[in-house]
Amino acid sequence: MSLIQAPAKSLQVLRFDRVQRGAHWVNALLFFSLMFTAIPLYFGSFFGVVFPRHLIEMIHLWSGLALPLPIIVSLIGPWGVAMRRDVRRINYWTHEEIRWMRTLGKSRLDADKFNPGQKLNAIFVGVSILVMLVTGAMLQWFRFFPVPWRSGATFVHDVFAYAIFFVVIGHIVMALTHREALRSIFKGSVSRSWAERHATRWLREEQSDRTRQ
Amino acid sequence: MTTESDERGESKSTVNVGRRVFLGVAGLGALGVAFGNSVQNFLGDAFGSGLGGLLPGGDRFRIYSITGSYPKITRDKYRLKVSGLVDHPTTFTLAELQSMPKTSFTKAFQCVTGWRVPDVHWEGVKLSDILDRVGVQSGAVAVSFDSYDHADTESLSLDQARLHDVIVAYSMLGAPVTTEHGGPVRLYVAPMFGYKSLKWLSGIRVVDVVEPGFWEQNGYPVNGWLDGTTGPNNPDPGLT
Repeated sequence: MSLIQAPAKSLQVLRFDRVQRGAHWVNALLFFSLMFTAIPLYFGSFFGVVFPRHLIEMIHLWSGLALPLPIIVSLIGPWGVAMRRDVRRINYWTHEEIRWMRTLGKSRLDADKFNPGQKLNAIFVGVSILVMLVTGAMLQWFRFFPVPWRSGATFVHDVFAYAIFFVVIGHIVMALTHREALRSIFKGSVSRSWAERHATRWLREEQSDRTRQ
Repeated sequence: MTTESDERGESKSTVNVGRRVFLGVAGLGALGVAFGNSVQNFLGDAFGSGLGGLLPGGDRFRIYSITGSYPKITRDKYRLKVSGLVDHPTTFTLAELQSMPKTSFTKAFQCVTGWRVPDVHWEGVKLSDILDRVGVQSGAVAVSFDSYDHADTESLSLDQARLHDVIVAYSMLGAPVTTEHGGPVRLYVAPMFGYKSLKWLSGIRVVDVVEPGFWEQNGYPVNGWLDGTTGPNNPDPGLT
């Protein structure tokens, strides 16, 4: 038994640790809360539905204020090693990766843990959270801002909401069509053969890390 | 640019794309806050508010209700009760309001929180015509408004109430005022922020003191002039 199990275990590579998985799902929950409460707040006039607007506003407000927390908590502290390393991966691109993005995936790529498209998605969502937080706060505490700024904040909050909506839909579609990658956000690991196909550079780095230890 | 070495000893220079994209997108957001209003006005002027309504962030009403629901009043059952310091307290039906001299104009609806809908067509009766019909008594200084939602209240000084673009509106956007917009009859106070334009108007009371309305009790200025001052051509009625 042990002879069979031991090599089987080494065929798995940890992609997301507990902290990252936890942060992802809390983040996802808050995103859904924000999107579902945004629909009646935004399109209420189209549907003409009667709903407890104040309650929905409060859910939207608190979900929005809480949104950065899972990211911040997962980054700081001794539990944030993997998260901090991944943020670094996402930020720093090789020239090969930039070329791959420019040619929309047609050039050669020694793939990192995330491909450049995934990295761009992560950066965009990250900065969008900040933009939504700032403009949302301007709409909530509008008294401190001149009226043209309030209009501008409404405009930016709306445009970014549409952009984030489509980006998140794209994220979900990609996840559902890439089952093994999807599994890793539930269970944590991917198979070595998956990593050999999709994340060659990352796999090499993981192996050299392990030999160093 | 930083330089890292991979395990094969090759030097790989990297670019901090994260910072660039971050600053770029955050910069766009900041520009949008600063100039989004002008861009929207330009687009509204260039393509008309019809298209603007389809664009994200375009010219659209956001419907607010204090109570969380809309009072439903049929057009037959609608009554506007005018009372207080008047010579002839009167209850108007919708048909009676519609038989009075009609006023219509096209003006923007500007919310105090920032959204704005340009070129809204309004039609109704001048509030001053209604006040003249019932006869305002001496000693009256202000007008208070009540809503069928039993929650919202509003007020205007008599001077403000007599402005030519303060109307009791029964038509909006080229059709009878819908329930969500405050129909069958609402107030429209063109020179002030939207919260002054009380919806589902049920009563007008002529009174001897300005009674701050629902939103004013929640911290909004009693004088909701669009330019934040005492109004372009209007005297300051001495309120804050």
